[in-house]
Amino acid sequence: MPSGRPSLVGLLGLVFLLLLIVWLGVNFIKDPQEFINVFFVGLTRGAVYALIALGYTLVYGILQLINFAHGDVFALSGLVASSVLLSVFGVTTDSGAGLVVVAIAVALLVAMVLASTLHVTIEFVGYRRLRHAPRLAALITAIGMSFIVQNIALAIYDVDYQSIPRLIPNSSVLTIGEVALQWNKLFVLALTIPVLLALTWMVRETRHGKAMRATSQDRDASAMMGIDVNRTISFTFALAGSLAGAAGLLFLLYFTTMRYDTGFELGLIAFTAAVLGGIGNLTGAVLGGILIGLIQEFNEGLAWATPGGDWTRSIVFGILIAILVFRPSGLLGEQTPEGE
Amino acid sequence: MTEQQTPERKEEEQRLQEVIAQRTQRSAGLWRRETAMALIPLVLVIGYAIIYPFESVYTTLREIPGIGDFFPTPGSAVIIIVFTMMAIGLNVVVGYAGLLDLGYVAFYAAGAYMAGWLASQHFEQVTFHFWSPGINPELPGIHINLWIVLALAGIFTAIVGIVIGLPTLRLRGDYLAIVTLGFGEIVPQFVRNGDNFKGFDLTSGSFGITPIDAPGFGDGLGSASAGLLPVNFQQSFDAEQLYYWSALGLLLFTVFCCWRLRDSRLGRAWIAIREDETAAAAMGIPLMRTKTWSYAIGAFFGGIAGAYYASFKSGAFPSDFYFNISIFLLCMVILGGMGSIWGVVIAGTILGWLNIEGLGVIGNYLNDWIFEPTTGSRIEVPKYQFGIYGIIIVTMMLFRPTGLIPERRRKLEMEEGVHDEPAMGERAVNR
Repeated sequence: MPSGRPSLVGLLGLVFLLLLIVWLGVNFIKDPQEFINVFFVGLTRGAVYALIALGYTLVYGILQLINFAHGDVFALSGLVASSVLLSVFGVTTDSGAGLVVVAIAVALLVAMVLASTLHVTIEFVGYRRLRHAPRLAALITAIGMSFIVQNIALAIYDVDYQSIPRLIPNSSVLTIGEVALQWNKLFVLALTIPVLLALTWMVRETRHGKAMRATSQDRDASAMMGIDVNRTISFTFALAGSLAGAAGLLFLLYFTTMRYDTGFELGLIAFTAAVLGGIGNLTGAVLGGILIGLIQEFNEGLAWATPGGDWTRSIVFGILIAILVFRPSGLLGEQTPEGE
Repeated sequence: MTEQQTPERKEEEQRLQEVIAQRTQRSAGLWRRETAMALIPLVLVIGYAIIYPFESVYTTLREIPGIGDFFPTPGSAVIIIVFTMMAIGLNVVVGYAGLLDLGYVAFYAAGAYMAGWLASQHFEQVTFHFWSPGINPELPGIHINLWIVLALAGIFTAIVGIVIGLPTLRLRGDYLAIVTLGFGEIVPQFVRNGDNFKGFDLTSGSFGITPIDAPGFGDGLGSASAGLLPVNFQQSFDAEQLYYWSALGLLLFTVFCCWRLRDSRLGRAWIAIREDETAAAAMGIPLMRTKTWSYAIGAFFGGIAGAYYASFKSGAFPSDFYFNISIFLLCMVILGGMGSIWGVVIAGTILGWLNIEGLGVIGNYLNDWIFEPTTGSRIEVPKYQFGIYGIIIVTMMLFRPTGLIPERRRKLEMEEGVHDEPAMGERAVNR
């Protein structure tokens, strides 16, 4: 966006932002306690979105490909994690803390390994052959992959919702007046932040991260510098997959129920989050995820002048469209030619 | 610097011109013969399609042992034709102009609701009849003859296409796909929630608008043509056949329009944009206008098909308009070959049939012969239809990206690598 002269688009955005602030302000004044509670719910939901969005952003960053299958891999690994919890360990609400911890750890491992394997396989079978094909061919393949993974989940788990008992209690950690933060929310938040930090550290500091950044900037040049491009890309997919697996388990623990097509809508929302924050940007994905989560919960939870849950999807996609049209680089992303 | 006109040079030029004249003549003759050869199967196919719904024809076909199950009923055939029509509309956007539209279902919905608004009792506040075929003139609601509604739906949907296109078409490739996907998700939610805008019921919410008037020619034309033009389809005893023939007519109209459009100035501009946007712009093609036209025209046919289908089903329900429909249509275009009209028609027929009856039929065969004897249990094949479409999409993209019947030009593009964006290119900033 050119600096200096204010553009109509910028002005429109400002007006919209102002209205948003007024709306939030009025809601806060009317019922501050409810507002803060809803804020926490939104923050938690946003953290889950952020974890999924990170996977989209990692893959997009290296291949400029929207990996549609990501959301469905997330759902499938979450479902498998539910099987591990229920069938292998047979956890119930009365299970001892030790068993629960072990069960969750094993489920996490299984989900992450499964999702990574799936992602690497999808890349190897599908996307790798299409690196020199027209861009849309790869995107269309990704959509096809998404449907295939979704139907694998359908074949295993049918159309029923898989539910697990609430393993992370939703009793309050701390309460101030009527404002409360529950254990399960804290758990989700406490998991997302270290993941983001670890990822950022890995991409910025390690050799693998360096290889990833180099590959994303110029594949041919990195190959000449001795980087194994194929391995780097596979590694990125494995990383994105393990995030999807972790997000799958986290989603299951927090919302306690999911089914084969949970990943489709969540994937779209998470993708929106990644775009909102600036696709290809790790911090952006987390920021975008949290913003979308907040917007969704504010829309569904606040009392004054809210469109309500019926419109959530429209609002999320409206944001997606607005961001892509007015600021395709997202909040934190670099300017791309798409914006011109 | 002028070149000297030596006698040898003149001679050479003359010879060259002769050769050119000869070749033109030969190719013209060849063209005529080729067209004639191509016309014969075309006439046969259309003739077969026309006589198909006669009861004696399709019942005979359906009774052939072994393959009889593979012939759809005329009622299913109507749905197949309608979806093929939408696929051809989508082909204008995806195949000709190379813009991936993942929200085509929005146009289908717009067309269907247009039929719901203009040819049903939905707006019972008013009573307006215009050439309404065989419907009690006292009946409240807007009742416009469906033939007119079809045209209006097409125009309305084209306008919707332009409205969606204007802000989004300047985006490239995958971003455009995502934005259209967003619209494809917003429109169904809009119609689902549209039953209470400050007390005004626009779309009847999740109940949908039903019943919707059937097409017909009204009493005047009906009696003037001695029953040749039916008064009202739904009231005639061969309603399914009538629906079938008019759907076939609409399909032929769509095919004809798209075929002529491809070779028009606009069509060539679309193909130029598809091949290389920057070069096309440099050659003076107005990008935005040309792309918007492709959206509008693609939407136009989607709208007509949607309105017609709503009338056939006698209802427009928000649950019909989900994302998978867009993918289903996209699958038809990919299987047939992006940009290839005949390919899309054939793929549309195959996939449309699979969707309506085929998967069930094939599933039964598989269950009888393979699954039940080996595993002892039956598999509900139609449940996995989108997984099957996913496999089709991926297989086609990997092994035959030009489709079953490749369009000549598209094939060249794929083989020689003429495309505007490198597939998974380097980061744009560093290019």
